[in-house]
Amino acid sequence: MKVILDTELKFEEHQKLKGKDSSKFAITTTDLSVHFGLKAAIKKINLKIRRNTVTSIIGPSGCGKSTLLRSLNLMHELTPRTKVTGTIKILDKDITEYDVINLRNKVGMVFQKPNPFPKMSIYENVISGYKLSGKNPSESFDDIVERCLIHSALWDEVKDRLNKPAISLSGGQQQRLCIARTIAINPEIILMDEPTSALDPLSTMKIEKLIHDFKNDYTIIIVTHNMQQAARVSDFTAFMFIGDLVEFDKTKKLFTVPTVKLTEEYITGKFG
Amino acid sequence: MNKSIPPHGTEKVIISRKKFSDLIFENLTFVFALMILGIVLWIIYEMYFYSGESRSAFGWEFIWSNEWEPVRKEFGALAFVYGTAVSSILALIIALPLSLGVAIFLSELAPKIIKSTLSFVIEILAAIPSIIFGFWGIFVLAPFMRSDLQPFLQKYFGYLPFFQGTPLGTGLLTAGIILAIMIIPIITAISRDVLKAIPQSQREAAYALGATKWEAIKMALLNAKSGILGATVLGFGRAVGETMAVTMVIGNRADINISFFEPAYTMASVIANEFAEASEILHLSSLIEVGLLLFGVTFLINSFARLLIFSVTRNAEGR
Repeated sequence: MKVILDTELKFEEHQKLKGKDSSKFAITTTDLSVHFGLKAAIKKINLKIRRNTVTSIIGPSGCGKSTLLRSLNLMHELTPRTKVTGTIKILDKDITEYDVINLRNKVGMVFQKPNPFPKMSIYENVISGYKLSGKNPSESFDDIVERCLIHSALWDEVKDRLNKPAISLSGGQQQRLCIARTIAINPEIILMDEPTSALDPLSTMKIEKLIHDFKNDYTIIIVTHNMQQAARVSDFTAFMFIGDLVEFDKTKKLFTVPTVKLTEEYITGKFG
Repeated sequence: MNKSIPPHGTEKVIISRKKFSDLIFENLTFVFALMILGIVLWIIYEMYFYSGESRSAFGWEFIWSNEWEPVRKEFGALAFVYGTAVSSILALIIALPLSLGVAIFLSELAPKIIKSTLSFVIEILAAIPSIIFGFWGIFVLAPFMRSDLQPFLQKYFGYLPFFQGTPLGTGLLTAGIILAIMIIPIITAISRDVLKAIPQSQREAAYALGATKWEAIKMALLNAKSGILGATVLGFGRAVGETMAVTMVIGNRADINISFFEPAYTMASVIANEFAEASEILHLSSLIEVGLLLFGVTFLINSFARLLIFSVTRNAEGR
C-alpha cells in the first residue's frame, strides 16, 4: 500500500539538517512470520515504518502485536522454540547482520509493566544501560543522567533524590524512569509494549506527551490496547487480527475511512 | 422442594454441630503446633539444667580453654569450637562457588530436560544419609587425600602454614571437603529458588538494554544477593551441626593446629564419641554444655539465614 506523507518535503529537509542518511524507512519487514512451536503468532507481515514517526499497532488480545514488536529487537529469542521467517531490515541493514547487543542499543524497548532495577538508585538505573553498552562517554555520567531525566520529564520530580532507590517512585514515575534508561543508550528506534496500560490517566497523559515530543529524535512503535491512545499519539496505525496485518495506514485515515471492513468493525467496537 | 428445607428446629443443631467439630479440629492442630515449640524449649531447658555442673565449675573459661582432659577432670571446649568453625568455613569456601555455578546454570541457562534431571540428582544428593558420606570419606576420599591431593598441595602451596605437616589423609581439610559435598545441595537448591523468584521482566529489562547473558545474570544476582547469602548461611549452619561424616574423617584429636592436614575435633563429634562412655558427672555435664553451645550457634545461624531468605522471597512477584 502506498502512503504519501503530507509533510514529505519537510521530512526530508529535516533529515538533511540532521545529517542522517536519506533513507525514509527505519524498519522494513518482508513476509515476516513468527512461530512458537507449531503455532503461528504472526503471518507474513509486510510493514514499512518511516523514520521519525510514531506508529501504533492495535488489535484484540492475542493478535500478535507484542510478538511483532519483540521480533524487531530480537527479544523473541528469549522464548524457546521460536521460529522466524521472512526478513527484517532495521535502518537499511538486515537484522541478521547485526550483533544482537548492538541491535538492542539501536532499538530500545519500554515494557508494559515498569521494570526499573529494584536494587539500584534512580541515578544508577538511568545510567545502567549506558554502562552496559561500554561506549566511551562523550559526556559525564552526571550529564547523561540529567539530560535523559529532563527528556523523560522526570528531572524536576527526582533531582533532589537521585540516590534513592528506584522503587520508591510511583508507577508512572517508574515508567518514565524506564524511558530515561532507554534513551540513555541513545537508540534510534524505541519500541513500546503497552507502556501505559498499568498506569493512571494522569501518568498516561504525561507519557503520551513524551511520545509526541520524542518524534524529532526517534522512530517510535507503540503497541496499545487503547484505540483513543493510538488516535492521539500516532502518525500511522497498523491493525492486526489473529496474526495478520489487516490494514496499515495513516492514523487519521484508518480511523475515519478504513478500507477494510474488519478494521471498521474493530474501531467502531463491534468486537474486540 | 420441601425436602431440602429442614423441619423447624433441626437447623440450629446442624450448625452448632459443625462448629463443634471445627472447634476440636482447630484446637487440635494448634496443640500440635504448640508441641513443636514445646519440644524446642524442653530441649533447651534440659541442656541448660544438666550442664549446670560444668557451668559452675568452669564458667566462661569453658569456651576459652582448650584443655580437654577427662582423666584430670579439666574441660574446655575451645578446640572443638575451632574444629567446627574451621571445617565449616573450609566447606563453605569449597561449596559456595560450585553451588552458585550450578544454581545459575539451573535457573538461567539449562535446557528443560537437563534442568529437571540435575535438580533431581541434587535432591538425591541431599537425601544420602551422612554415614554413607562418612564411609565414602574413609574409604575413598581419605586415601586419595593422602596419596594425591595433600602431597600436591604441599608441593605447590607448602610455603603456606595451612598445608604443612604430614599428609595423613584424615584431618580438617578432608572434613571440609566432605562437608562441602554435603552442603552443596542445600545452597544450590535455595539459590536456584531465589534466582527463580526474580521476575522475568527484570531479565528482559537487562536484555533490552543490550546486556549480554552474563550481564543479565549479574543483574539477577544483584537482586538475589541477600537470598543467596541466606542460602549460604543455611548451608553453613548445616555444616556446623553435621556429626557422623565429620567424626569419621576429621581425626578426632582435641588440638588446635594451623595446618589443615592435622587431625582435629568438632563439637558434634566429641559428643557423639564420648557421650556413651562418660561416667563422671562433670564429664557428662561438660559434654552437654558443648551441646548447648552447638545448639545456640546453629540456632543463631539459622535464624539469620531464614531472615535473609525471607527478605527476598517475600516480595517475589513470581514469573
